[in-house]
Amino acid sequence: MFAYTVRRVFMVIPVLLGMSLVVFFMIRAIPGNPAQVILGQKATKEAVAALTHKLGLDQPWYVQYVKYLGGLLRGDLGESIRTGTAVSHEIWPYLAATLELSLAAMFIAVIIGVNAGIVSAWFQNSWFDYAAMVLALIGVSMPIFWLGLMEQWIFAIHLDWLPTAGREEVRNPIEPITHLYLIDTLLQGNTEQFVEVLQHLILPSVALATIPMAIIARITRSSMLEVMKSDYVRTARAKGLSMFWVVYKHSLKNAIIPVLTVIGLQTGLLLGGAILTETIFSWPGIGRYIYDAIGYRDYPVIQSGILVVATIFIFINLIVDLLYAAIDPRIKYN
Amino acid sequence: MKKKSLTALLAFMLALSMALVGCGKSEKTSGSAKEGTAQSTLVYGRGGDSVSLDPATVTDGESLKVTKNIFDTLLDYNDNDTSIKPALAEKWDISKDGLTYTFKLRKGVKFHDGTDFNAEAVVFNFERWANGNADKFPYYGSMFGGYKNDESHVIKEVKALDDYTVQFVLKRPQAPFLKNLAMPPFAIASPAAVKKYGDKFGENPVGTGPFVFKEWKRNERIVLEKNKDYWMNGYPKLNQLIFVSIPDNSARLNALLKGEIDLMEDLNPTDLKQLEGKKDFQIFKRPSMNVGYVGLTVTRGPLKNKLVRQALNYAVDKKAIIDAFYAGQAEPAKNPMPPSIPGYNDAIQDYPFDLEKAKQLLAQAGYPNGFEMELWAMPVPRPYMPDGKKVAEALQANFAKIGVKAKIVTYEWATYLDKAAKGEADAFLLGWTGDNGDADNFLYALLDKDSIGSNNYTYYSNDELHKILVEAQTVSDENQRNELYKKAQEIIKDDAPWIPLVHSTPLLAGKTNIKGFNPHPTGSDKFTKVEFQ
Repeated sequence: MFAYTVRRVFMVIPVLLGMSLVVFFMIRAIPGNPAQVILGQKATKEAVAALTHKLGLDQPWYVQYVKYLGGLLRGDLGESIRTGTAVSHEIWPYLAATLELSLAAMFIAVIIGVNAGIVSAWFQNSWFDYAAMVLALIGVSMPIFWLGLMEQWIFAIHLDWLPTAGREEVRNPIEPITHLYLIDTLLQGNTEQFVEVLQHLILPSVALATIPMAIIARITRSSMLEVMKSDYVRTARAKGLSMFWVVYKHSLKNAIIPVLTVIGLQTGLLLGGAILTETIFSWPGIGRYIYDAIGYRDYPVIQSGILVVATIFIFINLIVDLLYAAIDPRIKYN
Repeated sequence: MKKKSLTALLAFMLALSMALVGCGKSEKTSGSAKEGTAQSTLVYGRGGDSVSLDPATVTDGESLKVTKNIFDTLLDYNDNDTSIKPALAEKWDISKDGLTYTFKLRKGVKFHDGTDFNAEAVVFNFERWANGNADKFPYYGSMFGGYKNDESHVIKEVKALDDYTVQFVLKRPQAPFLKNLAMPPFAIASPAAVKKYGDKFGENPVGTGPFVFKEWKRNERIVLEKNKDYWMNGYPKLNQLIFVSIPDNSARLNALLKGEIDLMEDLNPTDLKQLEGKKDFQIFKRPSMNVGYVGLTVTRGPLKNKLVRQALNYAVDKKAIIDAFYAGQAEPAKNPMPPSIPGYNDAIQDYPFDLEKAKQLLAQAGYPNGFEMELWAMPVPRPYMPDGKKVAEALQANFAKIGVKAKIVTYEWATYLDKAAKGEADAFLLGWTGDNGDADNFLYALLDKDSIGSNNYTYYSNDELHKILVEAQTVSDENQRNELYKKAQEIIKDDAPWIPLVHSTPLLAGKTNIKGFNPHPTGSDKFTKVEFQ
């Protein structure tokens, strides 16, 4: 197991290297000169030329790439063209915002998705099963943009239960420590702000959770259905175990592996793909950070931002793989 | 048995969600109670974040909106237009030849860091910009003709005659010189702070303005606090001014309706009806200083022919477009600059909506059956173009009636501008908001041959026009200058490199109890006199 883990970690290196190369070329293939974009529609030609030179964008691509790679090896993610600040310094607050949002979303998605899937399988072909699966279908096909605005309209404006946007009360800002606000407010022992942060989290995380929730529910259901037809389940029932235990303990353990795979992949996707939710709920997360950077052709931010997200994605999947073995002793990595 | 457990499970879930909602409700009460005490804090919702808070180094409106409140300029614009009023300079004299400007400065003004504002500080700032380059101080170069060693640089020298008198000597007269000085990029920064922070001054701005910089959380908010020692007695009224970024226009409106922000810009014209009849909210109209247009690239295909461009002008029903996509909050444009700007030629008759005439001109140009072209639709909303795609579709339908098949094309915004600047578009949607209310800032910037490659996206070039526009830059007699611009507009109308579409009225919405807020045509508002009642 240890050897496997080490091997997997080393495999990450060529993957990231390849990715950095692909991203490096892809963003340079988009038309649009960063200098022009930064200086705006009203800049003169001289200004653009001067900035292009200053940014080193007039050098050949291989010089630029080697410089970038050299920086990476030294832990230097580059400097944002737009703000002039080191990306490594700038990126954490955005990443923390996204982590908090996507973990909250996955929490909702997993709790509701897995349980809805189980209950649907348990009471297969009942009205609940049908309703849950129709809802799941709607969840998968719902445009997040629309869903987000509807949530704001209903829960924030009409019912007045929750705030519409942002991570915190603008008039009662939080002093960041870790930039994970739930943790920060707890560390500061500020329960009022903790509740505010939770309230701000609800609408965006529900919006973000719909698609993974629906996918998880459907996978759980089909996986559970398969397991529940097996002989050992019938045996367990025959020896008088309650249905609840049979379902949640015996069946779930065997049915959970494909569900876990989906959870891992979805978590990774949320990290980089929450742009729509982040825009609607003005959540200052990494999706918007990278998206804005694309608009500004801020190459270092795009490159390093994607690299950071990809690294996390790869590690989440590694953890999922290791979890397989922990859950199912028949799986061994040698 | 099966049914029983399902019911039990569902009952449990229902109970759980009820508990959660109940929780949310009780928490909310505490939230709104707090808002009641926040009447001296104004939260302003906008679409994007600033790039830097050193106004001399930026060109984006989002930065200047904030710096306008941290810094003062020597002169300022009046509340509703771009005429000049005193600010840090109380009085000024202009020599007869228009080459020497002498300013008497306001006494007793201090920067936020406690240092004195004086003539030396003014000289320091102008020296700093003049010794820079186009990359460091882009607006300086474009408004004052370049930098220290450039021949085209307008300012010969800036000197302090005494502590509170500063003199500008120009190499040649520059008609809009005073208007330029009032632009937010040329705000006077604290020399001590500039030296102290160096490259990081943009994150630690220090000026003399009504508000002091406090905090900036990128992509979230910028917090400014009242400058208690502001030189205007009794101002500013607000204790705190917070700029928050909410990128989506509809989401920003939701935040306003909920009370999370007090004032918002870029209200979608189509959302106006959501605020109708709500007495807690008011609409603010920003006086129009923009133009939205269809550029017709004069170097491409049939568009090379003037008659074709004129025909397209005849084919557009501007009124219908305004009613449909601007909710009436715009007026049809006949010139490339809005009527509020001196030199506007109101005598010009717009091309009427006349399909027969259009067809006739097309036939005359040798295209009796029309032709095919691309029509580029702006991918981002702007006050002068709230929905580029829909406007493009309306134009497409208009053009189809005279046999011109327009294919709608769109690109991501930066790509769009880059490709259009290279002359790759046939017809394209674009617009412009004025910087200083001067005709030069529209006609020369957008349509002179010198501006090809920067803001003249149509590649339109006319030597006669060029001569007029260059002459107007140095003529200091207002009437003579206006005549030149009127003539320029006639030439442009006849050559028809554009279909001028609209001058729109950008909309803002805010709480009814906001008083003293006058949206400025330049798009940068000073909140000195704003208060809650």
